[in-house]
Amino acid sequence: MSEQNCLVTNDWICGEYLRSRSQELTDATLQHVGITVASVLIGLAVALPLAVLARRHKRFAGPVLGLTTILYTVPSLAMFSLLLPLFGLSSALVITGLVLYSLTILVRNILAGLEAVPEEAREAARGMGYGPWRLLWEVELPLSLPALMAGVRIATVSTVALTTVGSIVGRGGLGNLIEDALPTFFKAQVLAASVLCVLLALLADLLLLGLQRLLTPWTRVPKARREPLRDRIRKSSAAVEAG
Amino acid sequence: MGVLGDAWTWLVTGSNWSGEGGIWTRLTEHLYVSGVALGIACLIALPVAFLLGHLGKGGALAVNVSNIGRAVPVFAVLAIFMVSPLRSAGYVPTIVALVLFAVPPLLTNAYVGMREVDRAVVEAARGMGMSGPQLFLRVELPLAYPLVMTGLRSAAVQVVATASIAAMVGQGGLGRIITAGFNTYDTAQVVAGAVLVALLALVVEGALVLLGRVCSPLRKSA
Repeated sequence: MSEQNCLVTNDWICGEYLRSRSQELTDATLQHVGITVASVLIGLAVALPLAVLARRHKRFAGPVLGLTTILYTVPSLAMFSLLLPLFGLSSALVITGLVLYSLTILVRNILAGLEAVPEEAREAARGMGYGPWRLLWEVELPLSLPALMAGVRIATVSTVALTTVGSIVGRGGLGNLIEDALPTFFKAQVLAASVLCVLLALLADLLLLGLQRLLTPWTRVPKARREPLRDRIRKSSAAVEAG
Repeated sequence: MGVLGDAWTWLVTGSNWSGEGGIWTRLTEHLYVSGVALGIACLIALPVAFLLGHLGKGGALAVNVSNIGRAVPVFAVLAIFMVSPLRSAGYVPTIVALVLFAVPPLLTNAYVGMREVDRAVVEAARGMGMSGPQLFLRVELPLAYPLVMTGLRSAAVQVVATASIAAMVGQGGLGRIITAGFNTYDTAQVVAGAVLVALLALVVEGALVLLGRVCSPLRKSA
């Protein structure tokens, strides 16, 4: 009975709200995830060639970094509004805006990763007869994966947060629920949607961290090396005992 | 081009600049809340960052605070303030939210700047007999200055952006021109407002870059 009343008394935390509006919450979360995933994937697809271009041709580096920095300076509300005449009220508008934001972080990180590839590794690959594309695909990109994934994690976390501003055009995922709740001061809905949003960002960060571990097994080598050493010591001490 | 032309017409119409919801009023509100919030954020973040950096402690806190700041949506925080009793306190909810989002970049950059000062230089200064405060004022602060200014710039850009989002929860600022345009399906006004907000952010960023150069303690005397 008391749980029924929490909707009437407008409590911050309301179990009945979570139960009765679970469909609404799920739909909003799915829209949120969809917009975020699309934005980061497209952002990555655009940032990768830009970073490679800036790395190969020094004269592109300045303009590419400068332009993406200027884009990052534009406040999100203004960004979405400036895209309104091009896209109308659509998810494409929000995704385009978020892609433009993610570019700054992604290009910077990929470029830093590419520049940190040791010259020896490049020379060795060239000596083995690798062409520029094979060098990029099989040596440079794998070696810059940790920096790239760090960029993807930062971009994803900020994209999850920024998606809420998309509610200005009605495509903000959980942000829509927050905006709908404002006129009636519906506390349970504002808090639930906000908490879900932060949880979503943290979950995405953890998943990407796991993916990074899977993709870069060589970064775990130091740990793996320690265990055989311990085994070796154990074996040798066992041998001593036996002897 | 039609919409851009209409937006230009909206911008050069004198009546849109004056009055209670006019551009001047909204710009003043925007600059007022942004300035107050940035000032408060500096007063909170910089002493903490300088102290932790000087002592070389609390690095995890200084870095994590910035990661958490990124994961929390500005709009959600503003909305939570607006459904709480804070909503009847004028500009207070906006300013509190702006401070919350300006502290992380200030704190992290100032801390990292302090820690990245060459240890050999610090040791040399100690060897010369400099006291803690002397070391901080004459060695660490001047060398950390570029990163402190980077933090100030990101914080200022963040504050200007956040102040525009405040319009989405009904608070004042230039963002109100955009939301008012959305409410009346006036695309020209939406675009005009967006241009103003974007310009303000770019001008603030540019001004701080200049200020950083002019005030730099490492500037070569001409």
